[in-house]
Amino acid sequence: MKANKLFAQLYLWALLLLMYAPIVIIAIFSFTEAKVLGNWTGFSLNLYKNLFSGSVHSSLFSAIKNTLSIGILSALFSTALGSIAAVGIYNLRGFKKRAVVFMNDIPMLNPDIITGIALFLLFVAAGLTQGYLTVLLAHISFCTPYVVLSVMPKLKQMNPNVYEAALDLGAKPHQALLRVILPQIRPGMISGFILSFTLSIDDFAVTLFTKGNQGLETLSTFIYADARKGGLTPELRPLMTVVFLVVLALLVIINFRTLKTKQQ
Amino acid sequence: MAKDYIIDIQHLSKSFGDKKVLDDINFYIRRGEFITLLGPSGCGKTTLLRQIAGFIAPDEGKILLEGKDISGIPPYERPLNTVFQRYALFPHLDVYDNIAFGLKLQKVPPKEIEVRVKKMLKMVSMTDYEDRSVDSLSGGQQQRVAIARALVNYPKVLLLDEPLAALDLKMRKDMQLELKEIHRKMGITFIYVTHDQEEALTLSDTIVVMNEGKIQQIGTPMDIYNEPVNCFVADFIGESNILKGRMIRDRRVAFIKHEFDCVDEGFGEDVPVDVVVRPEDIYFTKDPAKCQFKATVNSCIFKGVHYEMWVDTDTGYELMIQDYDPYEVGTEVMLYIDPDDIQVMHKERTRNVLEATVVDSNHVSMLGAEWECEVPEDASAGDVFTAEIPFEKVDLLDHQEDGKLSGEVHFLLYKGDHYHLTILTDEGDRLWVDTNDIWDKGDLVGIDIPPEGIKLIRK
Amino acid sequence: MAKTVNRSVWAAPYAIFLLLFVALPLVMVLLYAFQDKSGSITFANFVKFFNTPEDVHTFLYSIEIAVITTVLCLVLGYPAAWIMSNSSLNRSSITVVLFILPMWINMLIRTLATVALFDFLRAPLGEGALIFGMVYNFLPFMIYPIYNTLNKMDKSYTEAAQDLGASPRHVFAKVVLPLSMPGVASGILMVFMPTISTFAVAELLTMNRIKLFGTTIQENINSGMWNYGAALALIMLLIIGITTVFSGGDKDIEENGGLI
Repeated sequence: MKANKLFAQLYLWALLLLMYAPIVIIAIFSFTEAKVLGNWTGFSLNLYKNLFSGSVHSSLFSAIKNTLSIGILSALFSTALGSIAAVGIYNLRGFKKRAVVFMNDIPMLNPDIITGIALFLLFVAAGLTQGYLTVLLAHISFCTPYVVLSVMPKLKQMNPNVYEAALDLGAKPHQALLRVILPQIRPGMISGFILSFTLSIDDFAVTLFTKGNQGLETLSTFIYADARKGGLTPELRPLMTVVFLVVLALLVIINFRTLKTKQQ
Repeated sequence: MAKDYIIDIQHLSKSFGDKKVLDDINFYIRRGEFITLLGPSGCGKTTLLRQIAGFIAPDEGKILLEGKDISGIPPYERPLNTVFQRYALFPHLDVYDNIAFGLKLQKVPPKEIEVRVKKMLKMVSMTDYEDRSVDSLSGGQQQRVAIARALVNYPKVLLLDEPLAALDLKMRKDMQLELKEIHRKMGITFIYVTHDQEEALTLSDTIVVMNEGKIQQIGTPMDIYNEPVNCFVADFIGESNILKGRMIRDRRVAFIKHEFDCVDEGFGEDVPVDVVVRPEDIYFTKDPAKCQFKATVNSCIFKGVHYEMWVDTDTGYELMIQDYDPYEVGTEVMLYIDPDDIQVMHKERTRNVLEATVVDSNHVSMLGAEWECEVPEDASAGDVFTAEIPFEKVDLLDHQEDGKLSGEVHFLLYKGDHYHLTILTDEGDRLWVDTNDIWDKGDLVGIDIPPEGIKLIRK
Repeated sequence: MAKTVNRSVWAAPYAIFLLLFVALPLVMVLLYAFQDKSGSITFANFVKFFNTPEDVHTFLYSIEIAVITTVLCLVLGYPAAWIMSNSSLNRSSITVVLFILPMWINMLIRTLATVALFDFLRAPLGEGALIFGMVYNFLPFMIYPIYNTLNKMDKSYTEAAQDLGASPRHVFAKVVLPLSMPGVASGILMVFMPTISTFAVAELLTMNRIKLFGTTIQENINSGMWNYGAALALIMLLIIGITTVFSGGDKDIEENGGLI
């Protein structure tokens, strides 16, 4: 039995090593200045310094800015829209419910490229100039389903009588909503917000198709353009490391929250 | 108008889709009484309670509170409070804030809130628990908080929706006593919903027995137990032997092929009736002079306080008897029943009566199918007749697809030598069937009626 | 009448939003695919596809790569999921989280990281790198649903099987494996779907030497061939639809895809 366990653990960690090796390599080589990855020219924090002092391309700087602002805005809108929608869907019955839930599933099931092309064609047909606004709309459209999915379980877990109990004790409908329903779905809303933010800053395909040609870049599209030119700008190594760590941190927070509620 | 009626319910009806869940409900509730709505699940009792609370609007009828119709008033403006089945405590608030919830909304000064909450906590023996999170409480404790949360608002009526259903047996018994005590102390009218007949008998001043959206009987626990008005009530409340009988004349009834003295009058002579005898009311005797009939014990089980025995009578019926002394299986025993303990009831029906439309010279259509039967010669297609089908002429089949119709066993009564079943067809019609085969509630059956079972009578 | 409070209308704004930004765009794909440049209805875009050997070849090659990736992910992922769900072999939940996390990390970053790894190892970029990169990218999508199914499986099934005399080998083959099939099915779907539709990944991993179908679509859209691009997108959707039907529906995606 012991040997089995050892073998199993070995397998798991070998697989994990394989999976994390690329990221680890990038993280390691973010601490050296060599232009070509794989050359070690001694430990240095210069790449990080360049990155944070803004001495990198101004275009990279604006890409970072766009990524963050689109991430925050789409997370805010998605959370608002998705939470209200979740309460609505929870109260829907029959065909209407199935229809909305089905449509809500589509962005999650659809491959990014299809979502991207579909939205691109819509914006073209509608005659919208593609840019910041279209990217934001696109991001809201694929983030909101995840908010609905995070809030819905909280509504389902809720004792269906608590809303009635609040009314019974004299709360008007809006008071019952604010004092009883909102506090109970808040954890789902927060998870949904973080998730939306993560999805938004991570997105590449949908952004690529909806960003138009007015020069708008987010981090992903910037990296893509940079990589296509052949060879990464060295500063992207620390940047990718930082992005990876930020996303990692957010995901750990979500998982921790989920774990905590599960234990309760 | 008697002024001590706190609630008066008049002609209340409610349907969900096609299903009529409440059908012309009428009753009143006296101020300060403990009234219980009792019935099996789906009988409409919870719907009725939720209408009183204001969560569901009635389709028809009125709910008068102290003479004023409240059916148009939203729940948050009704001076009533509810204890919910699964408590519905607010999980994000602690015990104190849960109880103070209603008072805070009413903008009661904090000082007074504190006094009232503490008083309530004391009443439900939960002092010192005010800072606890409600998730950390046991079921019984949550129940107490839910009661305190409702009562702290001094409602005119307290509604309780199966409040003890989620508790284990021991806890339930304790809470029953406490509820009764709280009712006595507060003097508030309690409307209590339960499917547990024992609980209803223990707690209530008045019991309203409901089934299939209709009130079956209203009365004190003693009335309901001793004088059930129909087979449903007799079967639902306590254990009983329900038997086919015949009223010979006033004060004389025949059943299990023996004749007995009884106390019932006014049924007429030679009229079919149903007879209820409680198992504890059949007595053993050693005195041949007292013996009314003989029987053989065929099973004997110890039930804690008493023994439960099944006996086969000399005339071929099976009866349940409860007694403190056991008799060995196989013993021949002599039995008698006091006239007082025989409850005679009008038969609700003696045969199935349906509407049938003639299709051709030997077929009619009824219950959504076509049946072969003898059709009077002068009848032509399209004529509508009344069809009578004796209970024992309906055949039930194991496989639904073998029958002309399919349906479900909806209710069953053992009548000593046969079962009397209520079958709900897929179309939603009811058929009553007498059979010797054993079926369970919820069994799916095929239904067939032979041609000779259908008798057509011109309307 | 006491108004029974109904908040179902709250779904209305989102329903409209979904119609505008989810349903309508897909309708646009459909419209463009069956139109020519002037806007008249035509099948020409599909005829063009079948008459362009290069695109058909890319399409078939993409399916091949997707199948290989899916099989490799299954072979590597199933044992990992099984080990993690087996409490006697693995107690900590850290490994589970570590396996799931990469699901949410930008594919582009992961791909570039793979390129960096190959550069570092001085290994040539090409088909090998492509398949490695794909497996590396999509392995978590295979492991997670299988792990979820195995983990949620009632332990009394295996106990019952043991009780009835099944050896560990038989327990696995006759009980655990069949019961984990829904997880395997959604794992296959969750790997196959993105692999067949990926673009950019292949260019970067093969120095533009190998092209996948996603790239073909992207190139057409970029060069203004919207109608043809839309038709190709529709063909891709068709393949994905067929896979979805074969793997037994999308129920598990909804359950498993959410991470929470």
